[in-house]
Amino acid sequence: MLAKRIIPCLDIKDGRTVKGVNFEQLRDAGDPVELGCRYVAEGADELVFLDITATHEKRKTLAALARKIAKHLNIPFTIGGGIRSVTDADILLNAGADKISVNSAAVRDPALISRLADQFGSQFVVVAVDAKKVNGEWLVHLNGGRVATEHRLLDWVKESENRGAGEILFTSMNNDGTKAGFACEALAAVAEQVSIPVIASGGAGSMEHFRDVFTHGKADAGLAASIFHFKEIEIRDLKKYLADQRIPVRL
Amino acid sequence: MKSVIIDYNAGNVRSVLFALERLGVTAELTSDLEKIKAADKVIFPGVGEAKNTMAHLRKTGLADTIYNLKQPTLGICLGMQLLCEHSEEGNTDCLNIIPMKVKKFAATTPSQKIPHVGWNKIRFEKNAPLLQKNKSGDYAYFVHSYYVENGAYTTATCDYILPFSAALQKDNFYATQFHPEKSGDVGELILKEFINL
Repeated sequence: MLAKRIIPCLDIKDGRTVKGVNFEQLRDAGDPVELGCRYVAEGADELVFLDITATHEKRKTLAALARKIAKHLNIPFTIGGGIRSVTDADILLNAGADKISVNSAAVRDPALISRLADQFGSQFVVVAVDAKKVNGEWLVHLNGGRVATEHRLLDWVKESENRGAGEILFTSMNNDGTKAGFACEALAAVAEQVSIPVIASGGAGSMEHFRDVFTHGKADAGLAASIFHFKEIEIRDLKKYLADQRIPVRL
Repeated sequence: MKSVIIDYNAGNVRSVLFALERLGVTAELTSDLEKIKAADKVIFPGVGEAKNTMAHLRKTGLADTIYNLKQPTLGICLGMQLLCEHSEEGNTDCLNIIPMKVKKFAATTPSQKIPHVGWNKIRFEKNAPLLQKNKSGDYAYFVHSYYVENGAYTTATCDYILPFSAALQKDNFYATQFHPEKSGDVGELILKEFINL
């Protein structure tokens, strides 16, 4: 049976992990590769690296990072942050990235999804969607939830799939950072809307939240950042718990 | 010993190179027919589309070269499918080294997602080639929308929507539908077994 995936997400700025990571055994907790390797050892199924650097040098540093990660990690990883073109994606593919994620650029130019899928195959293209519930309606947002768009969540994920997205990474801006659980209802609606895998993000605070996201939320993968970085939840413990709950996981 | 990875404009062949480097094996990424013919081990990786890739392999002479290889050769993912007889992806004839057919997954319920992406269990008999160091039931990483049915040359199986071939072997040709280069320790053992053949 296909296992549900647990995916730690690492935010990167100027080649360093951003959040205040406190791993005593790491020589350099700010090194994304070293932190990534630690997650692999703990049983992470995949990793997502999100570059939040906002400089002109970004394209070069992101490729260098992808190459370094690909050299050291023996599991798949996705890299994202500011990818705007087929050229950007091509550089990352050649550096060894398994998948790229596109977010704002795809909303501004939906045909980008088609161009990426045509060029590299759908398996390479993760469409990241940030959405917020506004007046009872889930709307796609940009810039970390600050800018609303006219796209309705369910329409946008369907369009993304039709244009060739291989996976949807859905972050609920209402839940992100709350540690009160994933947006299971919206996630289930997204999962039913598309026939490609859905990665759930935003709101993870406990092991039960992961159980709920895989059952009620119908997600194929659960992503989280701070609870893993701060070791509030250990990946190995989480997977044992999920296995006890009869949720298929890779142990 | 000289190992080569066939470079044919397929996606993410570099991961295979890096995976071998982690095992201390230096391989060359090449499309040079003579280098491929002269290698001790050949890896035929792949992420891409069957029909266009077959057209490219025929045009470049890689198709004939691969067909005539006598040294241990490992096809991965699309590489495995192209070793077969025919693929429904673009309805194309393939290399026909392993007489099996490649079909498209068809979901029978809405909850069955296609492609099959993620970690799934592989099952095999004790003496399955390349898998002796692994346990039946180990997880491997898959990404694919097309599959090879179980048949005469199946050495490991997986179950997603239906049972299908996770690994094949015929003569000097070995193949995995999953990505050993992305399958953690499980995959590293398989690559090591191949290199040590």
